Amino acid sequence: MPRISVTVDGITYEEDVEPRLLLVHLLRDRLGRTGTPIGCDTSNCGACTVMLDGKSAKSCSVLAVQADGCEVVTIEGLGTAGSMHPMQRAFHEEHALQCGYCTPGMVMAAIDLLRDDPDPSEDAIRQGLEGNLCRCTGYCNIVRAVRRGAQEMGQAVSTQ
Amino acid sequence: MSELDTGAVAEQIAQSDQINEPAATPELGRPRRRKEDARLLTGRTRWTDNLTRPGLLHVVFLRSPMAHARITRVDVSGARGLPGVVAAFSGQDFADEQGSLPCAWPVSEDIVIPDHPPMAVSEVRYVGEAVACVIATDRYKAADALEAIEVDYEPLPAVLDMEEALTDGSPKVHEAGNKAFSTKIVSGDVEAAFRDAPVVIERTFRQQRLIPSAMEPRAVLADTDGDTFTVWTSTQIPHVLRVMLAVVTGIPEHRLRVVAPDVGGGFGSKLQVTAEEVLCLLLARRLGRAVKWTESRSEGNLTVHHGRDQLQRLRLAADADGRLRGLRVDLLADMGAYLMLVTPGVPMLGAAMFNAIYKMDAYEFACTGVFTTKMPTDAYRGAGRPEATFGIERMMDELAAELGVDPLEVRRRNWIRHEEFPYTTIAGLTYDSGNYEAATDKALSMFGYDKLRAEQADRRDRGDPVQLGIGVSTYTEMCGLAPSRLLGESNYGAGGWEHGSIRMLPTGKVEVITGTSPHGQGHVTSWSQIVADSLGVPFEDVTVLHGDTAISHKGMDTYGSRSLVVGGIAVLRACDKVKDKARTLAAHLLECSPDDLEFAAGAFKVRGTDAQRTIQELAYAAFTAHDLPEGVEARLDADATFDPDNYSFPHGTHLCAVEVDTETGMVRIRSYVAVDDVGKVVNPLIVEGQVHGGIAQGVAQALYEEAVYDADGNLLTTTMADYLLPSAADLPTFQLDRTETPATSNPLGVKGVGEAGTIASTPAVVNAVVDALRPSGVRDVEMPCTPERVWRALEGARR
Repeated sequence: MPRISVTVDGITYEEDVEPRLLLVHLLRDRLGRTGTPIGCDTSNCGACTVMLDGKSAKSCSVLAVQADGCEVVTIEGLGTAGSMHPMQRAFHEEHALQCGYCTPGMVMAAIDLLRDDPDPSEDAIRQGLEGNLCRCTGYCNIVRAVRRGAQEMGQAVSTQ
Repeated sequence: MSELDTGAVAEQIAQSDQINEPAATPELGRPRRRKEDARLLTGRTRWTDNLTRPGLLHVVFLRSPMAHARITRVDVSGARGLPGVVAAFSGQDFADEQGSLPCAWPVSEDIVIPDHPPMAVSEVRYVGEAVACVIATDRYKAADALEAIEVDYEPLPAVLDMEEALTDGSPKVHEAGNKAFSTKIVSGDVEAAFRDAPVVIERTFRQQRLIPSAMEPRAVLADTDGDTFTVWTSTQIPHVLRVMLAVVTGIPEHRLRVVAPDVGGGFGSKLQVTAEEVLCLLLARRLGRAVKWTESRSEGNLTVHHGRDQLQRLRLAADADGRLRGLRVDLLADMGAYLMLVTPGVPMLGAAMFNAIYKMDAYEFACTGVFTTKMPTDAYRGAGRPEATFGIERMMDELAAELGVDPLEVRRRNWIRHEEFPYTTIAGLTYDSGNYEAATDKALSMFGYDKLRAEQADRRDRGDPVQLGIGVSTYTEMCGLAPSRLLGESNYGAGGWEHGSIRMLPTGKVEVITGTSPHGQGHVTSWSQIVADSLGVPFEDVTVLHGDTAISHKGMDTYGSRSLVVGGIAVLRACDKVKDKARTLAAHLLECSPDDLEFAAGAFKVRGTDAQRTIQELAYAAFTAHDLPEGVEARLDADATFDPDNYSFPHGTHLCAVEVDTETGMVRIRSYVAVDDVGKVVNPLIVEGQVHGGIAQGVAQALYEEAVYDADGNLLTTTMADYLLPSAADLPTFQLDRTETPATSNPLGVKGVGEAGTIASTPAVVNAVVDALRPSGVRDVEMPCTPERVWRALEGARR
């Protein structure tokens, strides 16, 4: 069994894994990082999106062995209830979640979207989040939240 | 023994930084951000698949690849010796103990409820039906071992088309035949209404089969200590499920606990007693170990109950001026292979809804439930009411086209005017309140109706390849399920009450226990608002517990837009009882008559004096019990149930503008306006979110989604790559507003909101698509209105 070393939310793990083990199952079943959920088996829904070396990746479509030597940030490493990431706060303020199942992936995808386009239009947000499905919100408030998150993150950068 | 200085403790509590101030403004109507969010946003979640137990085993099911077949042999022995495999079983292994999955709604005298074994024993009747299972130490090993199970099938003919299924020569799904039930309801003189009617419109509409697609796939974890059993499951109905699991498995109800932890959406799909829940419980009992099953999405598309699937033959009779004379509804409803929890009840929830907001002289509703070799259908957001609303709203547009009048004008001529409420409809329901004129006027001005009509005329004149269509839907629905008396009259197997409890804790905080079981609706926040206002306590001081039968011992759960209008009111009633008890206690402590006390801002005050006791002080006094009046117990708690006299009837006007590319058939929603009247509103943010999501699901039915079976009965749309759920890129921003006509059936004046958007939006969108194409001779486009279907409809009309 291959041995991998992967850093998840700041903690480095050495794990022996079957080559076929999916990253999302490593996170959930082996490391107990259950904040990242699984919504489908065809990489359509995006619920399992994490940051892999700073870029968003659907962790159901990455093998654990592919993450060897990588740094993974999940929704659990992004912020805590007492000190949320601006995008998490924006989702809260704009009521951009209902059941919350798509939320971890949606927040990750939204942050990644802003790397390429720090001030996205409504249309750019809608296109940019195409790979993340939500069944509860009709996306209206998610779009608003990403606008708000972008503004707050932009301000955070400009005031530094 | 030193005496506890209760005064000092009370003082400490009063001075601690835990004390929050009650809000100066009322909580009801306030856009409170949700208490639920922080956990969900930071991944501190409790989805069933997140949970584990010592020695947990994983269950995987082998499922039928045949739509219909006799099982001649199942051999699980090959799986048994494989690495990590603890056990493997076939249906035969459960035959003596698995019972039959329940149907709680025998809607007619002639209904046939076939035996429905959780695991097939001798015959499979849809692709995906479980035929065997493997239990192993991890989910990968369990899946590997499925390959080693051998099953021999003797194919039987698939039964896929409802009309063919009802012909004499059709192969049978069940021995008793393919008709599950038939019903007919007649009100008024239908013959007379149609005789010599100047206008008769006849149309057949198809309600395609849908897959509810909650984002969280189902999961079940069952465990036992040898005496008691606990089932954690992704369900909307922990209370109903507990009763049903006890009945099906024979495990006594008092030794069975059901927990709905965090549940990632339901939309009716988790209003079910599933084969997997029963089987996991039986496996836990058999193995004496904790077992967990989590479905994959493709497994879920096959085996989570589907929604809709009706063939609607509608006939409408009207006078020359468009006044409605009568409506005849003839439905075929696809039950799928078995009758599940409320399968036959779903079309019947539309029985009194096809007449909608309109007055007419006569009404006839006939429905036949048909068995096919497909996944059973059951409740999906709206359940029967979207189908009915679609039917009548499409017909009203067809009537308008026939008469050459504006579709809103023909509706105005027929709808119940606001001064006519309460109004008993031709179908026998009494609508308590509504104002269709107000909602429509508001929607029209937001939408810019006249301007869009002018643009439409211009595009038509120019022969623009992109045509503009305007769709109207003026809907109402019956929700807030429901008055127990009415459910009993419809032969439903349970009541429609709800339960709520209030516990005042010694420190003045409030614990609310609700029988509703939220899975995204924000009950923790909304119930906190209700309680904060009623008891005069700070919003932050209220916590809401739910979804665990060991904590919330009574409930009827969450579906049918019932939680606020039934469950929220039960909580309010419990608050009233707490205040009654508190008043007695306050009067005793203040040495006055209870009648001398007035309650405001969380305190009982002796009228005309400064003497008072806050509800928190009274909670503490009840806890210490040092000085209680005669007959008063040492607790400031109360339980209450609420059972409304009537359904709730939200309504509204939805307007949709679409651009249809006549060369490619592509439909794009340009604008969408919804003005809904859901009565009084507890939390406008939550209401808006419910409407957004509801509209999106209705639009999805109109334009995108369809569960497709091939000619052999294989589901072709097993993945999210094949079953097209709309993404953010496929939907516009919906413009919302509200009118507010309070309901009279509950003390808060609230109406349900969970399903309204879905019920309203599907006909608004399809009416818009047809409106765009009507000059080309198109009279209907079958759902979903994909580019291909639109293009073919245009081609068909040109020929």
